[in-house]
Amino acid sequence: MAGQVGSDVASLVTRNEQNILPEWVELQKNAGTLHTGRISEGELQSQSRNFLHLLRDALTQSGTDTLAAPYEPAKAMLTELSRSRALQGFSPSETATFVFSLKQPLFNALNRDKTLSGEQIASTVWSLTVLLDELGLFTLEIFQKSREEIIVRQQREIAELSTPVVKLWEGILALPLIGTLDSQRTQVVMENLLQTIVDSEAEIAIIDITGVPTVDTLTAQHLLKTVAAARLMGADCLISGIRPQIAQTMVHLGVELNVISKASLADAFAVALRQTGRAVVKARRIEGFALPEKSGRQGA
Amino acid sequence: MDRIPILKFGNALLVTIQVDMHDRLATALEEDLTSRIVSNNARGVLIDISALEVVDSFIGRMLDNIAAVSRILDADTVVVGMRPAVAITLVELGLSLTGVKTALNVERGMAMIHDRLAGSEADDADDED
Repeated sequence: MAGQVGSDVASLVTRNEQNILPEWVELQKNAGTLHTGRISEGELQSQSRNFLHLLRDALTQSGTDTLAAPYEPAKAMLTELSRSRALQGFSPSETATFVFSLKQPLFNALNRDKTLSGEQIASTVWSLTVLLDELGLFTLEIFQKSREEIIVRQQREIAELSTPVVKLWEGILALPLIGTLDSQRTQVVMENLLQTIVDSEAEIAIIDITGVPTVDTLTAQHLLKTVAAARLMGADCLISGIRPQIAQTMVHLGVELNVISKASLADAFAVALRQTGRAVVKARRIEGFALPEKSGRQGA
Repeated sequence: MDRIPILKFGNALLVTIQVDMHDRLATALEEDLTSRIVSNNARGVLIDISALEVVDSFIGRMLDNIAAVSRILDADTVVVGMRPAVAITLVELGLSLTGVKTALNVERGMAMIHDRLAGSEADDADDED
C-alpha cells in the first residue's frame, strides 16, 4: 500500500510540478519567509524545487517511509537548510513552514487529479500528512540543534574572553576573575594561567575575585584547584578582592582557602613585590634621586 | 633494564626524566635515588620533569614518596618544569603533592636548594613551608 501511495504521489508531483511549485513558493512568501530579506526569492525558488525533486525521488523508491535510505538526500538538504536558517536568525515556525506549507499545494493537486478514486485520495492524504509532519519535525529538530550549537560556541567564546591573565610586573601575574566560576570555566582559567606562568616565567600569580558574585564551597574548591596546579608548576598564588559579605559567607560555610588572601589587589601586589625582593617607595625619600620634571612621583 | 641517570651536582642530585615513566622505572628511580642520597651525602634533590607529558596517580605518588624519603634523609626535593597539562591532571587526580617543593625551571630549582642550604646552616627554624 505504502509503495503504491509513494509512486502515486511521485507521478502526481511529476505531472503537476508546474502548479505545485509556484503555489508552494507563494505560500511561503505569504508566511513571511522573504519579509526580512534574509534570503532572496531566487534562492527560495531553487531550494523549493530541489526539495520537491528529492522528495519525488524518495517517494518513488521507498514510499512514505522516512527512515529508508532514499530519504537521506532529502534529509541532508533539510539539515543544510535548517542550519543555515538557524544561523540567519529565522524563527522555528518560519523554518518549519518550509515543509508544512507544502501540504496545501499537494492536496490541491490531489483534488484536481481525476485518476484517483475518493478512497484512494483519502488514504493518500493521510500518508502524505504523516510524511510531511515527520519531515517538518525533523527540520525543527535540526533547527533546535543548530541553535544549541550556536549557544555552546558563544558560551565558549565568552569564557575565553572573560579570563585574561595580566602581567603586573616582571614575574608577577594577575588573574582578574569576573562572573561565576563553574568547572568548565575553571578549566579554561587554569589552562590560561598555567600557560602564561610558563611563558612569562612568573613566580607569583594573584587571583583577584572582586568580580566573582558568590563564593560557595564549589567555587572555593575550583579556586583551590587552580592554586594547587599553579603551585605544582612552581608559582605561588595569592587571592585578593574578597568582599566583606563574601568573607562572611565563606566563614559561615566553613570554606577555608589556606592561601595568603588580601582584601584588595593593591595589598596582594605589595605582598608579591615583597616576596620577589622588591619594594615600592616614594622617590623623594631616596637621597640623591632626582625627580623627573613632569611626573610628580614614581614607584621604583 | 632501563634506569634513569642520577647526576651529582655539588651537594645536590639532579634527575632528568626524559622518557615516559612506567611503574618499574619509577620504583627503580625511587630506590636508586634513596641510596644515592645516602652515599653522596646529598642535601637536595632536583627532579626535572619538563619532558614528561603523561602522568598517572602512580607517578604522582612516587614523587610524593621520593620527597618524603629525602626529607627523612635530610634532603630537600624540588620538582621543576612541570607542564600545565601535567599539573592539571595531578590536581584532578587529587594529588597536589603538598610535601614536594616546586619551581618553574632547573635554574630556579637550583637557586631554591642553595637558598635552603644557606638558610638551614644559618637557622634551621627558618623554614616557611
